[in-house]
Amino acid sequence: MREYLSFFKIRFSIGLQYRAAAWAGMATQFAWGGMTILLFRAFYQSSQNALPMTMSELSSYIWLQQAFLALYMVWYFDNDIFGSIMSGNIAYELCRPIDIYAMWFTKNMAVRISRAVLRCLPILVFAAFLPAPYNISLPISPAAGLLFIISMILGLLVVVAFSMIIYVSAFYTISPIGIRILATSVLEFFTGAIIPLPFFPQSLQTLMYLLPFASMQSTPFMIYNGYISGERIASAISLQIIWLIILLALGKTLMVRALRKVVVQGG
Amino acid sequence: MIELRNINKTFKIAKRNAGFREAVKVFFHREYTYVNALNDVSFTINDGEMVGYIGPNGAGKSSTIKIMSGILTPDSGECLINGRTPWKDRVNHVREIGVVFGQRSQLWWDVPVADSFELLKDIYKVDSQVFKKNLDELKELLDLAQIIRTPARQLSLGQRMRCEIAAALLHSPRTLFLDEPTIGLDAVSKIAVRSFIKKINSERKTTVILTTHDMQDIEALTERILLIGKGRILLDGTLSDLQKWSFMGASAEEMVAAVYKEFKI
Repeated sequence: MREYLSFFKIRFSIGLQYRAAAWAGMATQFAWGGMTILLFRAFYQSSQNALPMTMSELSSYIWLQQAFLALYMVWYFDNDIFGSIMSGNIAYELCRPIDIYAMWFTKNMAVRISRAVLRCLPILVFAAFLPAPYNISLPISPAAGLLFIISMILGLLVVVAFSMIIYVSAFYTISPIGIRILATSVLEFFTGAIIPLPFFPQSLQTLMYLLPFASMQSTPFMIYNGYISGERIASAISLQIIWLIILLALGKTLMVRALRKVVVQGG
Repeated sequence: MIELRNINKTFKIAKRNAGFREAVKVFFHREYTYVNALNDVSFTINDGEMVGYIGPNGAGKSSTIKIMSGILTPDSGECLINGRTPWKDRVNHVREIGVVFGQRSQLWWDVPVADSFELLKDIYKVDSQVFKKNLDELKELLDLAQIIRTPARQLSLGQRMRCEIAAALLHSPRTLFLDEPTIGLDAVSKIAVRSFIKKINSERKTTVILTTHDMQDIEALTERILLIGKGRILLDGTLSDLQKWSFMGASAEEMVAAVYKEFKI
């Protein structure tokens, strides 16, 4: 374990070095969150129909999304990893007495957490002081708050386990660009990063909830704002665990197969 | 003890002629050629030996090193290093070897070299006292004291290579693979690296296998030479064995060129 912890520490400390990027990121996320809320406000004021979420639930969702963007962005990939596969620098990683899957997993977690740590607090504090219903409210109960944290950790693990599969695919495709573009454009929809999942047509929703992408950011944020409550929390968290196990097993298997026939590029 | 017996490795390479039409054709039907990177390669290296592994570009040197370090699985053949087959027991095997790929870097780009070393200490689970002893020794021999606190990206190539070699030795490996360790270095750094390798081999009894294109490396370092060309071992002997293909008084460089010509490689 110690070696993975060291990996985490070194990657985490690198992440913390980029303070200017953190400030820029925060500014973007304030602006983006604010814009999204204004957009939905117009939508709520003009709509006659009953909408699936209250404005206050929606605001909490959006601010959480902005604060923890770094944890759940599916379009983010560690270029170090793609680079090491494409240039053949993975040769060095293969010369270490460690499990590469576990090492890359740790690295990814560290990058995401280090970025989120720098950005989340100012955003959350700022969003808490906005006038209702455009602010972030507290979780509906202490229990919901606790389950939110559990679900949040699971969500992060699901995101990383999913991106591991994309990394491994680079062994087979040489250039990962195609898969990255696909992941960026399609998955953003399915995770609820662009529009919260309850706003999708009813027929699509069932499918979307069952896909692994709902188990990323949507589940924890919806537990926080109370949209998912009661018994549905248990089933949502179970689904996260099931997807985590499936994605881990799949990624690990693919990795083992890839390494068996890997051709380290370059002389 | 390193033993390779009848190692074969073939690579599949996609090929096409130049031009747009060809590119479109390849989209539907791809042609492959097979390159025999290693052809029945066998040799034995004893503990504490220092061996120069030479041959022209594309001869199969790096492939052999990759097989011996557990990165590449051969199609057939046996390889036993300290009693283990590298690709079957990778994790235990790599604990006992150190590898330097001259054209790549194992140091973390953004952090001081010392941090990379600390990380390696944890990866190899090196005991703190052993680590300190090794580090002090390497610091002195490779003159690292001044540069160890600089991020790797700000080091010159020579400085970085000294750090790379140190990084490969922190866990006191029994075997050291050096793939072109002197590539691109200036004269001073080359000499420093050479004398260091020699010292490690004689003092720690580390087995060293070294690939290089610089014949002065070979002259300065190794008694024994393995010559590989087109995936075959062509010669296993000493530098003076190369002499018979060349004229008297030829430099090592000229001898090797004559041998390459002789074997048409």
